[in-house]
Amino acid sequence: MAIRRGRGYAAVNYPTGMNLGGDPSQALIHATTTGTFVVSLSSVDLGQGLKTVVAQCAAEVLGLPYGNILVDTADTDTGPHCMGTFASRGTHRVGNAVIMAATEAREVMLAVAADELEVDAGDLETDGSGFVQVKGAEQKRIHITDLALAAHFKQGRTISGRGIFLKEKNDPVPETGEMDPDSCQAHACTVAVVDVDDETGVVEVVTMYNAYEIGRALNPATVAQQVEGGAWMGMSHALFEATEPYYPARSHGPADFSEYLMPTAADIPEQHSAILERPAESGPFGAKGIGEMTANAPIPAIANAIYDACGVRLTAMPFTPERVLRGLDALTGG
Amino acid sequence: MTSLDKTFFPGEQRDDFTVIGSVTQRADALGHVTGRTAFFEDLTPPGLLHLKMARSQRHHARIAGVDLSDALAVDGVVRILTHADIPNNLYTPLKLIGVEPDDEPILAEDTVRYLGDPICAVVAETEAAAYEAVARIRVTYQDLPAVFDVEEALAEGAPLVNEYQGHNYFTYEGHHCRRLRFGDVDEAFARADHVFEWRYESAPIEHAPTETTGCIVVPQPDGRLRIHSDTQACFFTLDNTALILGTPFNKLRIVGGTVGGGFGGKVDIVVEPVACVAAMLTNRPVKFVYTRYEEMQVSSPRAAERIYIKDAVMNDGRILGRKIILYVDAGAYARHSPYGTTKAAAHMPGPYAIPNVWADCHCVFTNRTPSSAMRGFGVTIADFALESQMDRIARALEMDPLRLRLLNAYRDGDMKAHRKVAEGTALIEVIQKAAAMVGHELPAEFRRMSSAEGR
Amino acid sequence: MASTVVSLRLNGRPAEFLARPGTSLLSSLRDSLGLMAAKRGCAQGGCGTCTVLLDGRPVMSCLVAVETIEGASVRTLEGVAADDGRLDAVQSAFLDGFATQCGFCTAGMIMVAESLLAGNPDPSRDEVVEAISGNVCRCTGYASIIAAILDAARRKREVDVV
Repeated sequence: MAIRRGRGYAAVNYPTGMNLGGDPSQALIHATTTGTFVVSLSSVDLGQGLKTVVAQCAAEVLGLPYGNILVDTADTDTGPHCMGTFASRGTHRVGNAVIMAATEAREVMLAVAADELEVDAGDLETDGSGFVQVKGAEQKRIHITDLALAAHFKQGRTISGRGIFLKEKNDPVPETGEMDPDSCQAHACTVAVVDVDDETGVVEVVTMYNAYEIGRALNPATVAQQVEGGAWMGMSHALFEATEPYYPARSHGPADFSEYLMPTAADIPEQHSAILERPAESGPFGAKGIGEMTANAPIPAIANAIYDACGVRLTAMPFTPERVLRGLDALTGG
Repeated sequence: MTSLDKTFFPGEQRDDFTVIGSVTQRADALGHVTGRTAFFEDLTPPGLLHLKMARSQRHHARIAGVDLSDALAVDGVVRILTHADIPNNLYTPLKLIGVEPDDEPILAEDTVRYLGDPICAVVAETEAAAYEAVARIRVTYQDLPAVFDVEEALAEGAPLVNEYQGHNYFTYEGHHCRRLRFGDVDEAFARADHVFEWRYESAPIEHAPTETTGCIVVPQPDGRLRIHSDTQACFFTLDNTALILGTPFNKLRIVGGTVGGGFGGKVDIVVEPVACVAAMLTNRPVKFVYTRYEEMQVSSPRAAERIYIKDAVMNDGRILGRKIILYVDAGAYARHSPYGTTKAAAHMPGPYAIPNVWADCHCVFTNRTPSSAMRGFGVTIADFALESQMDRIARALEMDPLRLRLLNAYRDGDMKAHRKVAEGTALIEVIQKAAAMVGHELPAEFRRMSSAEGR
Repeated sequence: MASTVVSLRLNGRPAEFLARPGTSLLSSLRDSLGLMAAKRGCAQGGCGTCTVLLDGRPVMSCLVAVETIEGASVRTLEGVAADDGRLDAVQSAFLDGFATQCGFCTAGMIMVAESLLAGNPDPSRDEVVEAISGNVCRCTGYASIIAAILDAARRKREVDVV
């Protein structure tokens, strides 16, 4: 009776977005009298941080501080259409729509500034701190608050912009499956190290190493959140989760959190993750979807690590102690 | 510990950003740590009614009778809705994009098709009264044969799960499955040094968000309904709900956007339509929120899948052909499974350049809780199968599992099985990086490989 | 049975309200008192999202019949920050450590941490893990929450030294 250690590998790709009947999202943006930009959406934040990352996109394009952006979502009376938050589409679709809207608003912003400063709009730049200034003559500048006030009360212009991103409808060819279902692919490789207790069949994930390529990490902190939480969910799927533990039999279905088991804080492995960036042409600043895929590679990596540890090939999820023990028994003819 | 490694793809980077790429505090975090973030249930409109569902206690049965008399006698019960109260009772969520047929009733008519199928909705002054009334509804069933296994469901003579579908499979433009045909797998098997065929399987998995699915519908002075919901897709829910209610779309307004975990489970349209009907019939605010039990056993899980993979492999590790038979267990109704199965087909044969690929991806109906979207929809279980398969091939050939993957990894310019040219690939690089992280030594030729260089 | 008047000390202030027999503390907080930080994740003591402090000890408020705690002191997340809105050490550590995603479990996690650190200013990692073992989070994978609570302990100790 012993604890047996093993290491397993898995490498995966994951599509960003879908093409169901055409896949659009829209954004509207406008400046308030004092130079705050309100991004109006109907998109949903599930906790992945969409509100944060689209505000970053708007701030980057407008050349203003992040604090100048407010995101107003999700109300179908006030926000333009969004297909929804699924298929790793949120950051990609909504981010692109916000960039387009902010680009249009930026043009107006610079035109208003040009009139105020009596220069050509093409000679202007933003400094990132809230000023529009003349390139090469930075002392000639106007703050966004003064600029927005002038637009409202002097020039009579709306500083606003409209944006939409549409992945066009593409029907699969029935005979061959030819189709264009997604916008780009993110990538991951996971290495899992597990300990298998050959007496109890319990598998403990000791360490997980993850390498992800996600186009662009728009906000490295929220990327890290997805990486860590997703790897945990993958491990949870691998070792614990089933609403029908004896599938296809419907019996023994867990009814609550005392029966539907997931790893607790005490069960988490050490995680080491690296993020690589290969910007996608279609992505907002090159970003691909990261949220969904993080749960995928850990599952086969753990399966392969269990095999490496004790020679048991588990082909049915989840990898419960019962299945590990049955596998060990089969190996020894027990 | 998560860190950025900017040494890969040096020619493709851009670093002149001011906000993008910076650690930026979450816009919602202050609300979270002070307890002030408003979720849909953090609302107590005056006169709020509570809706609870009476559900099928059988896997597959005719409803011989429903006796509401005891339930209606419970103090505080305002109304009990049946299918006759729902204007357009039959729906399918993807009808918005042309998917047919309507195959799922909001409330059961004469048949229940899974344990938990909704039958009657009790609307009451208190949750306790609603639960009490649900317990007192007497449904008489005539059991029908049920089928739970995907392959048994497709066999001759299997009980028909969903008569609106007409078969126990979703029909893709006349085909019984979503097909993928690329090259000639039979020729590959004939030419291969080795043929490996194995089977993989998963069970349904619950999203388990800490906040359960729900909504509060509040009738407005102008006759419209304001729906506070934790849907993942506001307009998708609005449009589906309006079609079910048979009302103009602009009669509804969805307010949402802050969700206590979704993971795909809150894309279904399972609470809003019936709560709206209750609000319209009573002209009072109505709350319908799933219990934890409903979330666990009635809300749609990630589909169980069964996958057979047969590979044609050469002695040097090159994979010449891959044949895949996938069964996605959709449960009793289609929901989003026809799309998820197509997404699975597009994902095959995994991130590898395999010149001959054949896949039949079946979306199968069984008498269980309908499955639907979940994080990694169509891909998560496929990846378990595909990457277990790669490990087994490496072991069988006594090859380094990373070198086997690198040898077959897709690169820019490769034609994928669904006939889309690969671009922006980086499988090779994430493998190289992972190898470096764990000290897995790769020979120079494998360290030099690049996704950006065609083969 | 008739409703009774229940009196509590709630976040340092007196509170009085009517409750039907068997009403949970969670329902009282949310439906009668308008305090929404404590969440109903399962209503059966399985997830910890409704955790509040009852006389300083963490309880799942969905399991406490409110008429049984007449006169008790109850603290919710609404009562953690200073009156001027200044965050306390645990809140700041959760904020700075990116220990929230969807935010639904956060109130329960923070209240458990408040209780732990009040009795144990220098907890080990294992003690933190044990303290939050009744609280479910589906988003984070727990590592950032554990780190935030350990960080909060450090912050509190530094303040105490000053």
